[in-house]
Amino acid sequence: MSTAASPPDRRHPTAPADGPAVHDPAAAGRSDATGPLLSVRNLTVRFRRQGEEDFVAVDDVSFDVRAGQTVGLVGESGCGKSVTSLAIMGLLPKRGNTVTGRVDFEGIDLLSLSPRQLRDRRGRDIAMIFQDPLSSLNPVVPIGVQVSEVIERHVGLSRAKARPQARELLSKVGIPDPDRRLSEYPHQLSGGMRQRALIAMALACRPRLLIADEPTTALDVTIQAQILALLKELVQDSGTALVMITHDLGVVAGLCDRVNVLYGGRIVERADRHELFATPRHPYTNGLLASIPRLDAPRGQRLSPVPGSVADNIPWDHACAFAPRCDRPVAACREVTPELVTDEAAPSAPGGLPRALRCHHPVEPGQESR
Amino acid sequence: MSPARAAGHDGHDHDRSGEREQQREREHAQEHRPGREPDGPAGEGTDGDVLVRVRGLKVHFPIKRGIVLDRTVGHVYAVDGIDMDIPRGRTYGLVGESGCGKSTFGRALLRLEELTEGSVVFDGVDVASLKGEELRRRRQDMQMIFQDPLGSLDPRQTIESLLLEGMSAHGLTKGQDTRTRLRELMAAVGLPTAALRKYPHEFSGGQRQRIGIARALSVNPKLIVADEPVSALDVSVQAQVVNLLEDLQDELGLTYLVVAHDLAVVRHISDVIGVMYLGSLVEEADADSLYEAPLHPYTRALMSAVPVPDPEVEDVREQILLSGDLPSPAAPPSGCRFHTRCPWRQETRCDDERPELRVVDVTGRSVAGDADPTRRGGPGASSHRVACHWVEEIAAGTITPRRRAASDAEPETIGRTGDNPPGRSADSGA
Amino acid sequence: MNDPRPHPRGGLGARKKERIDSLARAGARRDDAPDTEVASAGTVDDRAGVSLVASAWRRLRRNVVFLAGATIVVLFVILALVAPLVAPHDPSAGLLLSQVRQQTNPIPGPQPGFPLGGDQAGRDLLSRLLVGSRQTLYVGVFATLGGLIGGLTLGTLAGAFGGWIDSLVMRVVDVMLSIPSLLMAFSIAAIAARPSQWTVILAIAIVQVPIFARLLRGSMLAQRHSDHVLAARALGVKPAPIVFRHMLPNALGPVIVQATLVVATAIIDAAALSFLGLGNPDDRVPEWGQMLGAAQTYLAGYPHLAFYPAACIIVVALGFTLMGESLREALDPKSRR
Repeated sequence: MSTAASPPDRRHPTAPADGPAVHDPAAAGRSDATGPLLSVRNLTVRFRRQGEEDFVAVDDVSFDVRAGQTVGLVGESGCGKSVTSLAIMGLLPKRGNTVTGRVDFEGIDLLSLSPRQLRDRRGRDIAMIFQDPLSSLNPVVPIGVQVSEVIERHVGLSRAKARPQARELLSKVGIPDPDRRLSEYPHQLSGGMRQRALIAMALACRPRLLIADEPTTALDVTIQAQILALLKELVQDSGTALVMITHDLGVVAGLCDRVNVLYGGRIVERADRHELFATPRHPYTNGLLASIPRLDAPRGQRLSPVPGSVADNIPWDHACAFAPRCDRPVAACREVTPELVTDEAAPSAPGGLPRALRCHHPVEPGQESR
Repeated sequence: MSPARAAGHDGHDHDRSGEREQQREREHAQEHRPGREPDGPAGEGTDGDVLVRVRGLKVHFPIKRGIVLDRTVGHVYAVDGIDMDIPRGRTYGLVGESGCGKSTFGRALLRLEELTEGSVVFDGVDVASLKGEELRRRRQDMQMIFQDPLGSLDPRQTIESLLLEGMSAHGLTKGQDTRTRLRELMAAVGLPTAALRKYPHEFSGGQRQRIGIARALSVNPKLIVADEPVSALDVSVQAQVVNLLEDLQDELGLTYLVVAHDLAVVRHISDVIGVMYLGSLVEEADADSLYEAPLHPYTRALMSAVPVPDPEVEDVREQILLSGDLPSPAAPPSGCRFHTRCPWRQETRCDDERPELRVVDVTGRSVAGDADPTRRGGPGASSHRVACHWVEEIAAGTITPRRRAASDAEPETIGRTGDNPPGRSADSGA
Repeated sequence: MNDPRPHPRGGLGARKKERIDSLARAGARRDDAPDTEVASAGTVDDRAGVSLVASAWRRLRRNVVFLAGATIVVLFVILALVAPLVAPHDPSAGLLLSQVRQQTNPIPGPQPGFPLGGDQAGRDLLSRLLVGSRQTLYVGVFATLGGLIGGLTLGTLAGAFGGWIDSLVMRVVDVMLSIPSLLMAFSIAAIAARPSQWTVILAIAIVQVPIFARLLRGSMLAQRHSDHVLAARALGVKPAPIVFRHMLPNALGPVIVQATLVVATAIIDAAALSFLGLGNPDDRVPEWGQMLGAAQTYLAGYPHLAFYPAACIIVVALGFTLMGESLREALDPKSRR
């Protein structure tokens, strides 16, 4: 794919990414943010396959995250959202894939760091929580030891000194009776408590960036509410930047400041959440919003689904991958790859960041199918 | 407006009527005494529009230990006494969190789990007492759709052979044009005939679920139990399957029991909704009144926790955060099963007296629901039933919930009720 | 984590191009022919389906490890079939017996016409090796088949019925497992009054039975609790077809892999039994394990007598093992597309 082969350090001219060039600090609403904390540029991940051509899981993805900001990566299975997060964290398997582009964290390209330097960064500056809390915890080591280990490793405290901190962390994330929980094993905790324990571990070193990959998908809705409220509190209290990876637009609506919608490995739309939900511009975003039943909407209306599935995608090379499923295609959709450009036509809140869109025939304001 | 807020709002201008409550309770006691309902065809004449009548259904799984001789050391009370009427041609939605027993209930209804107690009268026949060949033949009338579309299809069968399997098991392949029937089935679920020659792994998730639906339809069932029919699918595909289920119901007059955790989906698809918590129903009402006026504290918390894909709503949405997790169904709490997590818990009754599901008329909404007779189900469907001792007081606002922050969770284990402080802000209405 | 699944429209360049073209055509005709657009269910191509076995075979055909193993196995089988025709001499005739001197020269060395020399009875070593492949194949295949049949029966009984039948069968299997295999072989040889080729086969087969039974029962139980078996029950399919059409075929994968591996161990076990003198005492029909066993007397002076049959056994066992391991990989559901 030609567009994916751009040199790693070249700033894609047509891919605005909320970077300093387009970013007005005063307008951001967070006066302390002078530049992005995390700046992802032209990130591309290819998986090699035996006997077939490479599969491009993440294709030329660029976005910024500032301190105290919650940025959402939204999309369905296979859209590349999780691979993006693993690539940022340097957690992809060493063999079978190539990662190109830049991932600048406070000006340092994480992709150029040695595995050892990267390990130091992980946990200390950047932490991640996963969808399945049980498989992310070591089943034969007590929770307390696992949390203290993170503190020992990154802060350099002795085990005896780390343990009270671990206890404090557990109670901070709302785990009741932390003294007892410290000596318990992961299987003795419920799903919600495990996720809290994982969050405690992620917070052990006061990371400046937290990446949450579907943190509530495996949890029940009442537990999800607890975890989301906890994450919201953390971002507000500590100024940690949060990258929220999810398929749930409801979660995005309540949590994220800025939303990136991914489709087929590329960002197709980016906007502040109020604007995105009020005036979705990409037909995919629009289709998604129209296809989910809302708890607060009147009953009896038929849902309007997006036809087909991701299996119907066509490659991005000379077309829009979404074109076969799109409800408003034009001839160009199957001939020209749309670029991610600043969306001038979209209504945007005064002072908000500009929106970006990758579409030949966007939904006009007022035409949203809701 | 969020359902929770709506409920709170409605509660203010309401005045509790103790007399009426008692009267209702007496009526309910006569109507819905579990397990004492006359079973069998005798009841058919009067309840013509109830397809499935469940009374006192219990499914307890023994917990066994031992090396040579298995010793039963306890039970998991997966389903612990449920009464339910599923109106013919309607959709009954059963919601609850994982571990509440909703899937077990769905399977028990189809006799795919051994029933510990209770009766399931299906179209006038008590299927709970059927055995062997008789039961197998009955299965033609009641089918199931599974959560995992791939796992529920035999990977070695072509679509054609898996559709034919059920038909031949019930003698539907004799003397009929099976090719036409197969083509009809595929058309009904929106798949091309070419798909018949393929294997399950060659389809996308949504297509597989359509195949699962076609298989369920292949034997012309009356009832379909759909266990989390869309939760394994991509968001954009979920609506396709929901619409398909609705279309098929209109076309074929099917009755559905939809078991799911996603309240928005259940509300969209269902006519009557039951909310399950730890093995029993805590609230049952028709879809509109349940969402307009959720009465049980658990239903309120559950509905307030569902995020809405609209930032404007999300910014002002009031949440009732529950403390802790679902207690183990192997050792359910005494009294009201929800009292360990209930923000409205009172010092009396809640801990030691198990509330029965009773008809409650708090807001008059159950009467309003009757305005549309076409959406009405059988008896009981028009009534709002709640299993809570204090529902009238809660609705009236004379009992207020304790509030807490997200990081302020309480011990979730059951049997540790002593750790829970009693309702602080509760000015008990009793 | 996101499933980095292969791009559904991937495939080789030409095929992709074709897809795009046909999709583009479909798109262009959208307005006047609405039935050519992506149906609400998504597209399904017209080709006949590819079963899992077929797609596993497609992967196997490209797998170097499998090809190496299969080549060895096929050569071995062909050799076993044609050995009597290609063997230069009669393997049971003591052609070099005249050269055997009990004290000075017990083993005749290589000489023209006899490239590997003879054995202690003056028989041609090369011919015995070649013809020995046949008996070795018998032992390996029949021992495995015996174990497989016994194991399948017990495992199916236990897995299909569950409950007390399962408990009973599994206790029997546990007892069988607890008897050391050599002791079992001794007992069988003793019961048979006289050890023969068939006692060896029987002994090895019986040792394999509990292994197969446990394996099959485990995978049958997993199938029993799978959704597709539940679906068949819900559909009203009769119990016997559920077991034989749904549970057994889907549970067989690991058993087939195990069987391939067991052929290798059976050949090695037969050699071990022969080595300990429990093998077939009749050495007129050669067998590699038995040859190896007979060579122990002369191991110090004439190691080549042990080396040749041992090398043959190792190569053949390796062949079956390579095949089994790559089969395991190919049938692994996780490696499926």
